[in-house]
Amino acid sequence: MIDVVVLFFALGVFARIVRSDLRLPEALYETLSIYLLLAIGLKGGIELSKQPLAALAPQVAAAVALGFAIPFALFPLLRALRLSAPDAASVAAHYGSVSVVTFAVATTALARAGVAYESHAALWVAVMEAPGIVAGVLLARRAREGAPARWGELAHDVLLGKSVLLLMGGLAIGAVMGEAGTKPIHAVFVEPFKGVLALFMLELGLVAGARLPEVRRYGAAVLAVGLVAPPLLALAGALVGLALGLSTGGVALMATLAASASYIAAPTAMRIAVPEANAGLSIAAALGVTFPFNIVVGIPLYLELAKALTR
Amino acid sequence: MMDKHPKTLLVIVAEAALEKALVRDARERGAHRWSIGEVHGAGDDGEREGAWEADRTIELKLICDAVVADSIAAHVLATYAPHYSVAMYFADVKVLRPERF
Repeated sequence: MIDVVVLFFALGVFARIVRSDLRLPEALYETLSIYLLLAIGLKGGIELSKQPLAALAPQVAAAVALGFAIPFALFPLLRALRLSAPDAASVAAHYGSVSVVTFAVATTALARAGVAYESHAALWVAVMEAPGIVAGVLLARRAREGAPARWGELAHDVLLGKSVLLLMGGLAIGAVMGEAGTKPIHAVFVEPFKGVLALFMLELGLVAGARLPEVRRYGAAVLAVGLVAPPLLALAGALVGLALGLSTGGVALMATLAASASYIAAPTAMRIAVPEANAGLSIAAALGVTFPFNIVVGIPLYLELAKALTR
Repeated sequence: MMDKHPKTLLVIVAEAALEKALVRDARERGAHRWSIGEVHGAGDDGEREGAWEADRTIELKLICDAVVADSIAAHVLATYAPHYSVAMYFADVKVLRPERF
């Protein structure tokens, strides 16, 4: 059965297609995204407080390496689709980085299916945001000689940007305060989570719906990237999860993270780092094609893949 | 009659991703005061409605000497205009405390 939050997304897309005047106030969008990032971080942090941190080092290292490797693997394929080098680097960076909301939808899908997963998985999300972007910038730089890269600024914007700061902050607060210490804020940060996610999905539906004309404009290349890359990357992610000895749910989440594409951190970072790349192309693929594909078809598929691999 | 002094208002409408870079470059070229607002709009090449992070547009207003405004505009035109959505315009304005600009 389809998850309720997916229908909120569909409602947003529908509103766009029929040109409804529905808009979520920008301040609400900001608030919802801050809430989701903090809540996901907190939940992971509470689980972190229950286990020795050193034991997680291999997972963190593998997640970083996976995020960093994805753009290098995608780049030649994108070039073969006749994307220019800057465009290929930018698209590759979007897929190397991750989508927090896709992760959130996957965790609710796992909970609904009764499949257990490593509850500290938010840590993987937090460390997978930046490496793909760095790899994308490296790829773009390799393609054009001598162009200056402001690495300090890029590192600041990515590592201290809203997403990583709130995820890491939530993880730290949850880890320090533990289950008992965070109990007083459960009523805000734990119980309403799915309702808030639903509202955010409505907004994402509106934004993704607005990208549909671009998907049409770029045509086959965007569809090919947006639909073919996620299952391939999911397979790579699932194999990494398997090698790490993760649970079935953990393998499914690692697959989902590998398959997901960033549409918040990466677009802003790549816009500055690779100005000549066509921003519309990356966003059309990441948000117009891959995000809907992942939440409707991908996540159930990756769960079945994880089940088959861990059987 | 109040004592008024001529200055140039330079308005730069650009992708929000450029905000930090534009402010940095303007300061380096002698701008002392500016204000920034978020706007949305459209042109023949598409709409920027500002519904989310990667789609935001800012309007940077700088009041400065004409020569500073020219230098900033020339730099923006050469550095950012080829790859980003940028629009600029100038206006002659009068201020009461010229030393602030």
